[in-house]
Amino acid sequence: MDKTKSSVVKGIPGSPGIAIGKVFLIEEDFPVVLKKIPKSMIKKEISRLHNALSQVREEMYLEKHKILKVLGKEHAPLADVYLRILDDPILKKDVANRISEEGINAEHALSATIEKVVQSFEKIEDEYFNERKNDIQEVGKRILRHLMGSQRKYINEANADSTIVAHNLTPADTVALYEHKVSAFAIDIGSKTAHASLLAQGLEIPAVVGLKNITAIANNGDDVIVDGNQGLVIVNPDDETLENYRKEHEIEQQELYELKKLRNVAAETIDGHRVTLTGNIDSIKEVKSILDSGAEGVGLFRTEFLYMNRDKLPSEEEQYEIYSSIAQKVLPYSLTIRTIDLGGDKLAKFGFDDIVAEDNPFLGLRSLRLCLKYPEVFVVQLKAILRASAKGKIKVMFPMVTGLAEFRQAKKIFEETKEVLRKNIQDFDENIKLGAMIETPSAALTADAIAREADFLSIGTNDLIQYTLAVDRVNENVAFMYEPLHLSILRLLRHIIEATHSAAKLVGMCGEMAGDPAFTTILMGLGLDEFSVPPIAVPKIKKIIRSSSIADSKKLVQEIFGTDDYNTVVNLLRKPHQKG
Amino acid sequence: MEERILQIKNRLGLHARPAALFVQTSTKFKSRIRVFKNDQEVDGKSIMGLMTLAAECDSSIYIIIEGEDEKKAMEELSKLVQNGFNE
Repeated sequence: MDKTKSSVVKGIPGSPGIAIGKVFLIEEDFPVVLKKIPKSMIKKEISRLHNALSQVREEMYLEKHKILKVLGKEHAPLADVYLRILDDPILKKDVANRISEEGINAEHALSATIEKVVQSFEKIEDEYFNERKNDIQEVGKRILRHLMGSQRKYINEANADSTIVAHNLTPADTVALYEHKVSAFAIDIGSKTAHASLLAQGLEIPAVVGLKNITAIANNGDDVIVDGNQGLVIVNPDDETLENYRKEHEIEQQELYELKKLRNVAAETIDGHRVTLTGNIDSIKEVKSILDSGAEGVGLFRTEFLYMNRDKLPSEEEQYEIYSSIAQKVLPYSLTIRTIDLGGDKLAKFGFDDIVAEDNPFLGLRSLRLCLKYPEVFVVQLKAILRASAKGKIKVMFPMVTGLAEFRQAKKIFEETKEVLRKNIQDFDENIKLGAMIETPSAALTADAIAREADFLSIGTNDLIQYTLAVDRVNENVAFMYEPLHLSILRLLRHIIEATHSAAKLVGMCGEMAGDPAFTTILMGLGLDEFSVPPIAVPKIKKIIRSSSIADSKKLVQEIFGTDDYNTVVNLLRKPHQKG
Repeated sequence: MEERILQIKNRLGLHARPAALFVQTSTKFKSRIRVFKNDQEVDGKSIMGLMTLAAECDSSIYIIIEGEDEKKAMEELSKLVQNGFNE
């Protein structure tokens, strides 16, 4: 075989990025031979199998502990899956039966059993389930390795330049990869959601999976390019290809470096005006992306997802666990929790049968209104939030407040809940901040009154725009009328921000408008104190803030308010208004 | 004998992790646990068996438990499935 022959193998992009390195091949071939075992030796053969099983079990236990220690709890289930497979009655009984009934060696009996199970998995049409056969094959190989006394090549022999080429990655490899940096992976099997892909994404290294036979094509030490963007692996690339990829890799590294540099700097304008840049999340899973993005905590945690896809309300304990764990993870920053913002229909399935279908659910019993009607549901959440506030910096805000009276009513329940906790001698943060979301025109117009009694305000632009312009943005006949730059919206925003500042309070924004780079300067110019945006938008928004000046942003706002013509506003925003 | 039909609620169905959780619970009990889907029957203590059922989201499985601790076993397994394996 011509060693320098270049080959391009197409797979599935598992994790983005480009890596240029040397092949580090993890070989998996175990030729299993059939041996006849004399009757007198059968017992010994079976105990050889049991020995191998317990050795592998021990090895997997050690790995599981290592995984728990290095990767944390959420990765442990994979190790559990392997352990369960190892303890599966099919493996234990079926293999032993084969040995004694057919009078064959443990290796062959094991291979035959694994083969049988894998075949039944192959019949499954669902791709996800079909793929699980890999886990079983992996465990089978581990046992074989012990039976045959052969050793797998270990990843800790690889270096930072190595591209791991393997049939599949085991949990042990996973741990090794966290402790030992490599440049990329190229894997025979797998899909976009396979363990190897998720691992690579977590490690932020490129990966291509589903390459089918890359282990047969690549040899140890070959030059290799892993293009995780397009799902290509090029073994022994020619000079031109190598050069092109080197350039692309450099550009990528440069961009990455720029964004990483931003991670640890403040969201501050060139003339020293500082705003707070936080992130929006729906679940605990997104906390990592918040921390990685360089956001200063969570500005909006939507708790609705806790109430979806289930038939029982989440308990106080369950909510407490989630809130306190997120609050601890984002320290030293704070976590702002928005209380239940659900439509009535979502609550109906929990047995509230007096909730009926409404003609206009957006103008109906939802969100804070629902909580005030069913305080028993509301109080459970408030208790969980308050208890969690002892563990970190937590703020609470009520969604869809329509006026001062309603805010007071909800605040009263909040205060009463605190009193209950005090009586029970349960810890909470006595200085916990309580805010109101401004997302209805009525709240916007009375923001001055609400701001006097709330600790902070947060503007929800999606609903505010829909309610103000009377436009359902999902309705395709009118969606084009949804316009954040409508004069009414600009005026409301100015009023909300000025009113909050007059009350000496801070005001943030967590709607889509905050995360849209087109509006960053105008919002800064209006005086917004906090931008809460999706984690992925954090570096982009930060970059804009850091390249603008507050003086120019204020001037821009002045010019915008000097006209009532929409097109002029749009043109003003397009004009380069950033210095430098 | 305890028997019950349960609907799989977690999005990805009875895949590796939920199957591992199922077996973790089922192997705590002495009772014989059988799980059926369509005409396929598997041992409720076998992770490989459970995965070959390929029980996807919204599909139903039928569980039969026989033995001294059948009631408790059914109770715990039902809870696990109904909570969508806490996913």
